[in-house]
Amino acid sequence: MRIPLDWLAEYVDLRPGATGVDVAAALVRVGLEEEGLHGGEVTGPLVVGKVLTKEPEPQKNGKTINWCTVDVAGANGSGEPQGIVCGAHNFEVGDLVVVVLPGAELPGGFAISARKTYGHVSAGMICAADELGLPDDGSGGIIRLADRLPGADLTPGEDAIPLLGLDRETIEINVTPDRGYCFAIRGVAREYALSEGLPFVDPVAELTAAAPAGNTDGHEVRVQDDAPLRGVVGCDRFVARVVRGVDVSAPTPAWMATRLTEAGMRPISLPVDVTNYVMLGLGQPLHAYDLATIDGPIVVRRARAGEKLRTLDGSERSLFPEDLLITDGGGRGLGIAGVMGGFDSEVSDGTSDILIEGAHFDQITVARSARRHKLPSEASKRFERGVDPQLAPAAVELVVQLLVKFGGGIADTGVTDLDNTGPTTAVAFDPALAGTLVGMSYDDDQVARVLQDVGCDVDRTGAAWSVTPPSWRPDLRTGPDLVEEVARVVGYEKIPSVLPTPPGGRGLTHGQQVRRLIANVLAAQGFHEIWSAPFTSDERHEALGYPAEAARARTVRIANPLSEEQPLMRISVLSTMIDALKRNVSRGLKDVALFEQGLVVALEDAQQPAPSSPVGVLPDPELLARIRSAVPPQPRHLGLLVTGEAARTGWWGSGRPADWSDVVGAVRAVAEALAVPVQVTAAGTTPYHPGRCAEFTLADGTLVGHAGELHPKVVQQLGVPARTVAAEIDLDVLIAASDQPVVSAPISTLPAATSDVALVVDQGVVAASVESALRTGAGPLLESIQLFDSYQGDQAGEGKKSLAYRMIFRAPDRTLKTEEVNAARDAAVASAGSATGATQRT
Amino acid sequence: MAALDPAAVEQAVSEALAAFADATSLDELKAARTAHQGDKSPLALANREIGALPPSAKAEAGKRVGKARGQVGAALKERQAQLEIERDERILVDEAVDVTMVPGRRPLGRRHPVELMGERIADILVGMGWEIAEGPEVEAEWFNFDALNFDVDHPARQMQDTFYIAPEDSGLVLRTHTSPVQARSLLERGVPLYVGCIGRVYRTDDLDATHMPAFHQIEGIAVDKGITMAHLKGTLDRMASELFGEGITTRLRPSFFPFTEPSAEMDLRCFVCRGEDPDCRSCSGTGWIEWGGCGMVNRNVLLACGVDPDVYSGFAFGMGIDRALQFRTGQSDMRELIEGDVRFDAQFGMEI
Repeated sequence: MRIPLDWLAEYVDLRPGATGVDVAAALVRVGLEEEGLHGGEVTGPLVVGKVLTKEPEPQKNGKTINWCTVDVAGANGSGEPQGIVCGAHNFEVGDLVVVVLPGAELPGGFAISARKTYGHVSAGMICAADELGLPDDGSGGIIRLADRLPGADLTPGEDAIPLLGLDRETIEINVTPDRGYCFAIRGVAREYALSEGLPFVDPVAELTAAAPAGNTDGHEVRVQDDAPLRGVVGCDRFVARVVRGVDVSAPTPAWMATRLTEAGMRPISLPVDVTNYVMLGLGQPLHAYDLATIDGPIVVRRARAGEKLRTLDGSERSLFPEDLLITDGGGRGLGIAGVMGGFDSEVSDGTSDILIEGAHFDQITVARSARRHKLPSEASKRFERGVDPQLAPAAVELVVQLLVKFGGGIADTGVTDLDNTGPTTAVAFDPALAGTLVGMSYDDDQVARVLQDVGCDVDRTGAAWSVTPPSWRPDLRTGPDLVEEVARVVGYEKIPSVLPTPPGGRGLTHGQQVRRLIANVLAAQGFHEIWSAPFTSDERHEALGYPAEAARARTVRIANPLSEEQPLMRISVLSTMIDALKRNVSRGLKDVALFEQGLVVALEDAQQPAPSSPVGVLPDPELLARIRSAVPPQPRHLGLLVTGEAARTGWWGSGRPADWSDVVGAVRAVAEALAVPVQVTAAGTTPYHPGRCAEFTLADGTLVGHAGELHPKVVQQLGVPARTVAAEIDLDVLIAASDQPVVSAPISTLPAATSDVALVVDQGVVAASVESALRTGAGPLLESIQLFDSYQGDQAGEGKKSLAYRMIFRAPDRTLKTEEVNAARDAAVASAGSATGATQRT
Repeated sequence: MAALDPAAVEQAVSEALAAFADATSLDELKAARTAHQGDKSPLALANREIGALPPSAKAEAGKRVGKARGQVGAALKERQAQLEIERDERILVDEAVDVTMVPGRRPLGRRHPVELMGERIADILVGMGWEIAEGPEVEAEWFNFDALNFDVDHPARQMQDTFYIAPEDSGLVLRTHTSPVQARSLLERGVPLYVGCIGRVYRTDDLDATHMPAFHQIEGIAVDKGITMAHLKGTLDRMASELFGEGITTRLRPSFFPFTEPSAEMDLRCFVCRGEDPDCRSCSGTGWIEWGGCGMVNRNVLLACGVDPDVYSGFAFGMGIDRALQFRTGQSDMRELIEGDVRFDAQFGMEI
């Protein structure tokens, strides 16, 4: 909302000398945030000048400049003609123009000085509208004052700043959705008075008194709402008055056009400008109809299925049955109530008799129509935030007065005022609530005075007061609403600062601790933590080797994605980490190791709609359970993605490219950091290389995740470097599995015995199976076992491989004898033999 | 008996001492030792000849030779120790390296600074006795809006720039704030409640230097008997000074949010100029920086979560973690936060 300062000053006396900055600061204190300040940016000298000479001088660059002398009288100190180079051509010798002289400053901090250009000393500029921060005046170049200010008596050297309104300031404020009444100068003036402790006289009071009461001679209006929304009839107030014989071609007064422009609206014609002016001033959206186009009574009704209406922006709109229409005789639509008028009933050049509508429409009806038709008009913006239902008679009265004054018509004595508004509901209010909710003391008189200043009627007779909010404050419905009024008007800055004393918390949860730990372990191992937006696509799923259909069934789709190319929520963190990896590589980084901990969607059953439930009500347990269960499962995953060298090449020697063992090792490290035993088996899962993919499971078989080298086809499809390795595991599984303390076992301090065995197995046998069989056979004396060599070649035999293990044996209570160790070793080898066909190499 | 002649013994001693002194390495010393202390050395020969002496002369000769051998032995030992020290020192010199060469076989990775900032804020709350709660990012509309008093037709609900989940009646959105976790916490944990809700939230903003479609919030909610706006201010002041420095306080300005009443915007005393530089670039000379929204929990929120608003009251506040990180580090382009360029997080340590 833009507030021209002089308009505000008409409704409330500003503090003497108050500038836009001062007024904005006062409004911020009561909750109207400043969005901007306009005007007041030009500092003089900016004067009227008369063009004396104008010599066109063609330049080598093809342009023609004008070397001019301009009479600015004594404004330049000498009285001599001012020499100015001007690039524009839309003026002639003798024209009155606007001249900025050296020493002045234009918007944007542009300081003017005399400078040499095109072989002359140009001492200033002949100005165009945009250079002065003014809206385009259609001049196509510099301002010609004879066109801009017709009939004005102007003298060269005269100060042009007030002439052009450049001394006028406009404050732009942000109006929060609860303060519909501040979409008007009237409401903002009241807030300014509240903030500054100044008296405020509501301009509406006088207009209401002046407005004639409704009678039976006015144009007939009927409200026939057979489908109220949420039980609220779409229109509860409709004031209609007629002014006949208006000269619609009469000009809008310049002061009104200026205010409209400054408030951000374009002047159009007298009737339209007057309705907009009154709306901006008082907050009542209004509409002017050409009475001649209205056939019969005005009927307000809901739209019918299939009905269409051409709105005054020229669009033919298909209506929705919830739309509230203004119609003539219930038939033809004249407009969508509170949103936009119809094209056919608009005031045109031929209009003479005007019907003015000032109505009150239901917030929800208007909000839904504006949303459905994507028409956030000035009217709908106000109605959906709540318009004062008692405002219409005063607003229409002001329209009639202005039309008659500037358009010369005669107002009908017939006045329609269909009024079904009820009394405003009083709020039972304990004045002590202000102190208990805010945490400081207010005395009762102070509370009552603030509420009265806000416009409330306060009845203090009972223990609980009865506070009736003013008609323009539909947002004041509860005690806390009234407390906010008291707190903000007295001042938020007066609220003390007191630290509360919670009963003592339990610290971070196990899961929160674990996630920090995992992140720190991985960062210590060389991985960089990232996070990525979780948006992905069928194409990405297919590139990763997930069938698109199956992937879609597992996730949800965004109805209004930022990019139609990424409408799906991810089912794997890797799917969105890929882009970060590629970004790093494209920026010239070769060795990149990334990890991300993030949520993925993991729908198991078909997506169910989440039911709704109204505000302010605890849903019953069954409904609440359905709301909860409709939210898709979203486990937290850990993704790893690595390309380049794991061990770097440098002055110390050559490094080693990252391979499957780095990601498998990292996942093992994560599990070890949590003391969760995981089992590893070979797997052939998407998106991994079928021969280089490890699957991790818990002892009970619960899947933890996978790690390995990306499938060569996936690498090619994604455009990531060859041999990129990756892992993705379900952190929630690991977090749950690590929630129990480890039971400590005693450490033996007796001597250990070491025994190495080399076993030959078929190449298809995995090391984990051999190790598992060795452990089983070796029995309880085995302390640890390590695979220290793996060999394939002639000595192992065709299709075979050799695996060398070092086993360390130790007893808790005695030094082992050689025979005991040998027996345990032989048992281990025998176990491996029967389980995997392993034979001992000799 | 030439070998036992005192002059010969004396000469043998002085030759031995000279040879030891001349030895410049342990190897040379070993050769000198063989020559002067070995079986065939003059003193060994002299010693052997003592046996052939008459008993009356044995004592005196033995004493002479013994003294001589002792002298030689001591000299050897001393020289030996000296040469060993020299050798040890030389080895250390030879083993010297250039420690200024930068090693980097396995460079350290990094934590993401936004995550670290979230941890830092969470730790401040935990330190005050609060707990930290989390929730789903694909969320029921009821939790994201209705439970928080955003009526389906209220303009505020349209102003949230929400990502909706298809189909139209899914009743699901990407959460637009972490506030649904407040409702979940009230329902699951009950009152009294002091929790911080932390996580990633979504708005339909295209990515540019000042907007991200996904960003991070932390919200606090305290519901207990006798909670006031003064408690809200006290909590915010504590957080501001913990995060941005002693003496940094907050300012409340009246505002509107559906889930709070009264509501406020909170500003932070500019941590760069502390309100003392009219040309400050961080606060544009106003002395204050916008930090987030807050207020007293709306009665409708308490009712929707099964809490009696006539017995309990509460406050809530929310702030952007990404923005807090920018305040703390001077980081200015939000794209760097989400791009995952490893050079970005490598600027920071693993505590922020």
